[in-house]
Amino acid sequence: MNLEDLAEIAEQSVEAEKSQRHCVRVCMAASCQSSGAGAVLEGLRQHAKQDADGGVHVKPVGCMGLCSAGPLVSVDATESKTEVMYKDVKPDDTEELYAGLDGAPLERLRCPTDIPFFACQQRIVLKNSGIIDPENLDDYIAAGGYSSLVRAVTEMTPADVLREVKQSGLRGRGGGGYPAGLKWSTVAMAPEPHKFVICNADEGDPGAFMDRAVLESDPHRVLEGMALAGYAIGAEHAYVYIRAEYPLAVERLKKAIKQATKKGLLGRRISDTTFNFEIEIRLGAGAFVCGEETALMASIQGLRGQPRPRPPYPAEEGLWECPTLINNVETLANIPSILARGGDWFKGIGTETSTGTKVFALAGRIAHSGLIEVPMGIRLREIVEQIGGGIPDGRRFKAVQTGGPSGGCLPEEHLDMSVEYDTLRSAGSIMGSGGMIVMDETSSMVDVARYFMEFCMTESCGKCVPCRAGTVQMHELLDKIAEGRATQADLDLLEELCDVVQATSLCGLGQTAPNPVLSTLRYFRHEYDEKLRPESERLPPLPVVTGDH
Amino acid sequence: MLMDRPRTERTAVVAPPDDDKRWKIIDVTMRRNGYAGHALIETLHAVQSCFGYLEDRSLRYVAMSLQLPLSKVYGVATFYHLFTLKPQGEHTCVICTGTACYIKGSRGLVSAIEARYGVNPGQTTEDNALSVLSARCIGSCGVAPTVVLDGDVLGEQTPDSLIAELQEIV
Repeated sequence: MNLEDLAEIAEQSVEAEKSQRHCVRVCMAASCQSSGAGAVLEGLRQHAKQDADGGVHVKPVGCMGLCSAGPLVSVDATESKTEVMYKDVKPDDTEELYAGLDGAPLERLRCPTDIPFFACQQRIVLKNSGIIDPENLDDYIAAGGYSSLVRAVTEMTPADVLREVKQSGLRGRGGGGYPAGLKWSTVAMAPEPHKFVICNADEGDPGAFMDRAVLESDPHRVLEGMALAGYAIGAEHAYVYIRAEYPLAVERLKKAIKQATKKGLLGRRISDTTFNFEIEIRLGAGAFVCGEETALMASIQGLRGQPRPRPPYPAEEGLWECPTLINNVETLANIPSILARGGDWFKGIGTETSTGTKVFALAGRIAHSGLIEVPMGIRLREIVEQIGGGIPDGRRFKAVQTGGPSGGCLPEEHLDMSVEYDTLRSAGSIMGSGGMIVMDETSSMVDVARYFMEFCMTESCGKCVPCRAGTVQMHELLDKIAEGRATQADLDLLEELCDVVQATSLCGLGQTAPNPVLSTLRYFRHEYDEKLRPESERLPPLPVVTGDH
Repeated sequence: MLMDRPRTERTAVVAPPDDDKRWKIIDVTMRRNGYAGHALIETLHAVQSCFGYLEDRSLRYVAMSLQLPLSKVYGVATFYHLFTLKPQGEHTCVICTGTACYIKGSRGLVSAIEARYGVNPGQTTEDNALSVLSARCIGSCGVAPTVVLDGDVLGEQTPDSLIAELQEIV
């Protein structure tokens, strides 16, 4: 495969698309599948087959973003035609929908595409998501895929690739925000002959599904990013460490590796150069702590996922003591675009210290939940009120939780804050991997803190005492407070424990476990105080609503 | 084949516990990894997907084949939440307890099942018909709260809709 071969495949695809009357895309990501997208796809395919005029291409695609309105169907999302999108499509609707292809669109199911949910997004990582068929390599190539890799290995030196990544200012999207270029340089400079690339797809934060969506919708993009990383740092072997809870993503990834290897875009002698790059998949087995890089490496080596002290950092001493580059799915998915359009282009998006875009999984008590990609520096209010469409059922916004169990809850007064690594941190939360859960007035912040502490307590690997014992003690105290059995002394003890666990735990899990408590104490202390008062003096609680829509 | 991994590259040293054909799949997994110790998690995944759970004799067989101490195999099998050492009921219902599902009422689903079937996550009904499990997050947060019923993801569940679904199969 060289650049001309890629261009030829792309041209054929464009020609094929031009000859079609209509292209009907059906979202087949996990959320839409759970609402019955499979039957919708089948129904539409049947109609296309029986259509005497022919020329209608029905194609399964990845996540279109607006998961709460699934199954989603998009008709003619091409430059020359006007896209018509449908939501909540049921198998019974397919006949009417198909009939509307050449006539008036089916207004009953129409989903406007000019609403802020779609209009306010800027897509780099999700560029192909919902457009291409994730199981079709040619579709990815037609969208410009693998041209960055082929150009890099045939026309650029590893140092050139490294320079672009450094220039882009890209920071790790897994949550830490460590500059990717710096991490890559450290591994590239290591003198050892054998190095590894690991893609961290152990998306363990509850309420986060960005990586799952990227892997299900555009798996080749991640593989291309990994191969580019391998070329830049001098590694020939790589692993994707992925959660076993994401069977669809695993299946698509396996298929993608096979397809790319067959075409000579992965494996031995890529593009007839001396560059070899092999990717293996390793399944996680349900341990949140394995998102921590040293624990993740232990797990790949077949051990219990327990972290070890750093230094040495994985960049110096990682998998089987070899220098290892570990990047998150979204970080790697940015790489092909950075190489295609240059580091300067990427740097021009977002803010000075947080460049590019960020994918968020928007969920909770919000009108439009789903997957969004926005430029860094966007205001939180824009995400919640415009893109997310605000809080349903006339209720009031209370807090937005970012960063999962390591993050915090931000109240209304922080909604005008710009979304950047450093601003979020100074407000007591973190960027995290991208989970964003909106809560309304029915959520008790003490309960939320207890929920996350219960999570950290169960997920603590047990290696270091502050985390193993501290999370249990903090959970017990939160239990006491939530049930109204606590005194001021308990609250004081809780705060003290937060400090100790934060300062003395071995890895990120323990160090950040107190964050949900600290941030709710910072902004919602009155809710804790309320629980300390004798029962007769407390305000009546708001009714808790379960599972309503 | 990776050159630089410490590889043992052995052949099988012990025979499977019985002539059940499913052991072949386990053997293939181990052979593909050269019977190296780092294949432990992969192998346990294979055992669980073939037999439904990790029984004592499977753990012993894997330990002997990969030449690992039993303590290490047991340690890994119990460390990871996805591995189960108990047989599952005829049907399984996994309730997602991720943040989005929690905020949208997954607790109500847990109590509804407890009220109707008398089991909590991690337990199986006495007639072995239904195992209830909980998951940390299945990543379908857009349609929260969700459950996974015998492998199918069901979104936007209420206590009533879930019990209705369960009554159909159990």
